[in-house]
Amino acid sequence: MEEEIDNRKINNSFLRDHNYATEADIISTVEFNSTGELLATGDKGGRVVVFQREQESKNQPHRRGEYNVYSTFQSHEPEFDYLKSLEIEEKINKIRWLPQQNAAYFLLSTNDKTVKLWKISERDKRPEGYNLKDEDGRIRDPSTITSLRVPVLRPMDLMVEATPRRVFSNGHTYHINSISVNSDYETYMSTDDLRINLWHLEITNRSFNIVDIKPANMEELTEVITAAEFHPHQCNTFVYSSSKGSIRLCDMRAAALCDNHSKFFEEPEDPSNRSFFSEIISSISDVKFSHSGRYLMTRDYLTVKVWDLNMESKPLETYQVHDYLRSKLCSLYENDCIFDKFECVWNGSDSVIMTGSYNNFFRMFDRNTKRDVTLEASRENSKPRAILKPRKVCVGGKRRKDEISVDSLDFSKKILHTTWHPSENIIAVAATNNLYIFQDKVN
Amino acid sequence: MRGRAGNSVEAEMAGAEGEDSLYPIAVLIDELRNEDVQLRLNSIKKLSTIALALGVERTRTELIPFLTDTIYDEDEVLLALAEQLGNFTMLVGGPEYVHCLLPPLESLATVEETVVRDKAVESLRKISQEHSPVDLEVHFEPLVKRLASGDWFTSRTSACGLFSVCYPRVSNTVKAEIRQHFRTLCSDETPMVRRAAASKLGEFAKVLELDYVKSDIIPLFTALASDEQDSVRLLAVEACVSIATLLPQEDLETLVMSTLRQAAEDKSWRVRYMVADKFSELQKAVGPEITKNDLVPAFQNLLKDCEAEVRAAAANKVKEFCENLPEDSRETLIMSHVLPCVKELVSDTNQHVKSALASVIMGLSTILGKDNTVEHLLPLFLVQLKDECPEVRLNIISNLDCVNEVIGIRQLSQSLLPAIVELAEDAKWRVRLAIIEYMPLLAGQLGVEFFDEKLNSLCMAWLVDHVYAIREAATCNLMKLVEKFGAEWAQNTIVPKVLGMSNDPNYLHRMTTLFCIKALSEACGQEITTKHMLPVVLKMSNDQVANVRFNVAKCLQKIGPVIDSNALQAEVKPVLEKLATDQDMDVKYFAQEAISGIFSLPLFRVFLLDFTFTLNFVPMMSRNEYRF
Repeated sequence: MEEEIDNRKINNSFLRDHNYATEADIISTVEFNSTGELLATGDKGGRVVVFQREQESKNQPHRRGEYNVYSTFQSHEPEFDYLKSLEIEEKINKIRWLPQQNAAYFLLSTNDKTVKLWKISERDKRPEGYNLKDEDGRIRDPSTITSLRVPVLRPMDLMVEATPRRVFSNGHTYHINSISVNSDYETYMSTDDLRINLWHLEITNRSFNIVDIKPANMEELTEVITAAEFHPHQCNTFVYSSSKGSIRLCDMRAAALCDNHSKFFEEPEDPSNRSFFSEIISSISDVKFSHSGRYLMTRDYLTVKVWDLNMESKPLETYQVHDYLRSKLCSLYENDCIFDKFECVWNGSDSVIMTGSYNNFFRMFDRNTKRDVTLEASRENSKPRAILKPRKVCVGGKRRKDEISVDSLDFSKKILHTTWHPSENIIAVAATNNLYIFQDKVN
Repeated sequence: MRGRAGNSVEAEMAGAEGEDSLYPIAVLIDELRNEDVQLRLNSIKKLSTIALALGVERTRTELIPFLTDTIYDEDEVLLALAEQLGNFTMLVGGPEYVHCLLPPLESLATVEETVVRDKAVESLRKISQEHSPVDLEVHFEPLVKRLASGDWFTSRTSACGLFSVCYPRVSNTVKAEIRQHFRTLCSDETPMVRRAAASKLGEFAKVLELDYVKSDIIPLFTALASDEQDSVRLLAVEACVSIATLLPQEDLETLVMSTLRQAAEDKSWRVRYMVADKFSELQKAVGPEITKNDLVPAFQNLLKDCEAEVRAAAANKVKEFCENLPEDSRETLIMSHVLPCVKELVSDTNQHVKSALASVIMGLSTILGKDNTVEHLLPLFLVQLKDECPEVRLNIISNLDCVNEVIGIRQLSQSLLPAIVELAEDAKWRVRLAIIEYMPLLAGQLGVEFFDEKLNSLCMAWLVDHVYAIREAATCNLMKLVEKFGAEWAQNTIVPKVLGMSNDPNYLHRMTTLFCIKALSEACGQEITTKHMLPVVLKMSNDQVANVRFNVAKCLQKIGPVIDSNALQAEVKPVLEKLATDQDMDVKYFAQEAISGIFSLPLFRVFLLDFTFTLNFVPMMSRNEYRF
């Protein structure tokens, strides 16, 4: 696949075209399914919106690639834990699609405490004909019934239904940050700050704890789990990342409890760079296996790193996402931005990686050519079918035309969640309450 | 079924009294699509009534097509539908037309819910037997092929369960096709389908000709047993049992054993766990020679496995494995190979392993006989009786009967006692509850003297436990002890203590007296109850706590039948009448209940007599019901 990341044409759709955005509209996760035909977003209001790719049609070939709303449903509601006097937010933390098993689609969505399995299915037939009612719904006099009618199914307008199939609750004391489906298609894991649980997709009343890092005394707590993921092919392997910047790889074959890791990835700290913020910015906010299963990608506050599973001592590649912020860590600490959890994604062939930044900027790094680009997801700067212009942030010195100075970056506009189509160059970028979908130039 | 086949009830009824009989069925049909799931479910469960009313013709042409498209419904409705369709052959016109049930079952076999799919497959298997050989090839086998090559893995998983039912009844060409389809599914790209194929491998092997088992099944088995997915490999272990049973002894070594050895040493603990869990079956399937040479070392390894789950599963099988060893070398094998591992497990670091072992280890004594038991097993029992984990001790105590038969319990009693006492006082009430339940058994084995001397006081102490469940179990325990040791023993040992508690300052303990009396009266008999217990109960009717008073009423009602009738009239009745005017609502209520319970019985009998008298004279049934 040719990676012309500098010259991509845009083909964007805007969601929720409001002039104002409420807190509930902020998109909190975005995820393509395994074919890329569907794209799901979750928001802080507990809603899930699923988009479907427009089918190719002869008269409008360019419309192929546009995504339209397919189904919208309320996945989670706000709850209150009366035992602990805690409010449980409805915010969708993660969505993961299941491999397709029949004509319906299935996804897992989770908030802080409860994972739900949703089925999204189509219905295009409707039964007609009653015995006790006539067509208008009026009750017929029972004495006039002289023969039985069996209802007949008639075609109707396509209806898409979302039904909750399973609710996996009471498995977590702390907040769930990740869910990941195993390659065996029958289990998945859910991860909170201190524990990882393994569930069977068909069993909701039992889960197995496979990792527990909770110390006997909570005052000794120095590290939390920030993300976890299963290997794409090896059913027994998973990784989890920590707030201390390390990644542990566990083998479920070795033992039922995976408290002991089999591999430990960590980069030795450079003493010259040590500062008050070192520990905070080294915390890993996301970890992803490459599609091939050979590499791992991790995101910390300032960088994205690619690790080879066979080399634990240091990362294979390190990419600076926004190194110009290094001098502004103090103010980023004061406005809490330093704790933002940026995610990262691979493209379909593992050759390009993408992650977000501030000011509605997002970054792409081509691993082969070592080129990188900063793009902006904003309504003002991008017209449908126009090409996205690379953006530059000027670091000290004189600001050239088209450059934006570090001081004028808007830190309230952050791109935390992005996703890449599994086989094509189509990306979806969530910028607060807007979803942008960009497509590689079409011919 | 009434009427001639093909003739609908509807036609018959329309002429006569149509509205009566059509209406309920019209309701049932309409409720097939009611918004309330419960009503839909109800209708589906009465599907046979609907079909009967429609007649076979309309069932085939209207009802079945409608049902085929009803797969949008809730799981429970679909499950009921799948089940119903398995018994529908007569309702569509008999075996001749059974194939028209295939479309709805086919669509049910592709839904995502496993229970529904499994039920659909079960029904399909059932109706496959009702297909004629021709229909099987014309209608059923194509359905299996369609499912097997379906786009979605739900349909392919369902296909796996259908091969074995059609294989024996089709021509050789079709047989070859079926084998080919099964082969394809065994190497399907999705683990779901490979799991389904692996789990049906044994069943399919059973219907295959032996040559094909060797040429087709064995390669598939070997491939599945080395699948990259742990969940597939572990199912191959199960298949191993059936396959090994089918093969002649001389082929086992070359065809199965290397795969089995590999599974017992698999990298994944889940696969080894499966081997441990299926060990007895495997042992029976491969026969005594291979067991001696291969399985004994494999079992030793499983008992020493690094994963506790595996050790626990293997420990669970220790007794069964030893029992099934060939008789000529059983003792030597156990003593030299199994027992050393068992000795290590007794002090395992994991309590599940120890408690699994404790639940079977006593069974070894019958296999090894008296001398070996005293010399080798007894020390292990004693260690386990002192184990820090209560579950281990409990498991030993609950299996004492096997040892009792071989060496008598006296050998153990010195260590048994401290163990029991400690469990009896365990901080966890569930542990205390468990040991109480073994008391009657222990009492029987240890004998009355030992019991009186050492355990009686424990049983009494439980009566004043601060957990209600324990006090309740303790009263029940007393009853069983009295049944065992007799009324006289009760009168001398426990009744005085129980009655003594009626003066306890704690009202909960006073109530325990009442509960005990309720439980014991029957076993103690009329004399003790009337002479010793009744006065105490009656005296307690003046208790200042209402809960005690209404329990007096309940107690009196219960022991009423045991008390002699003079005392009942002279002593019990006045007390109950007084309680019936109590100021407390509940006391009043239970007193009245007791009065009507004890004293209205004879009246009721008279009434019954009268009733039967009238029955002979008044015509009870209306004419309508004689309508045929």
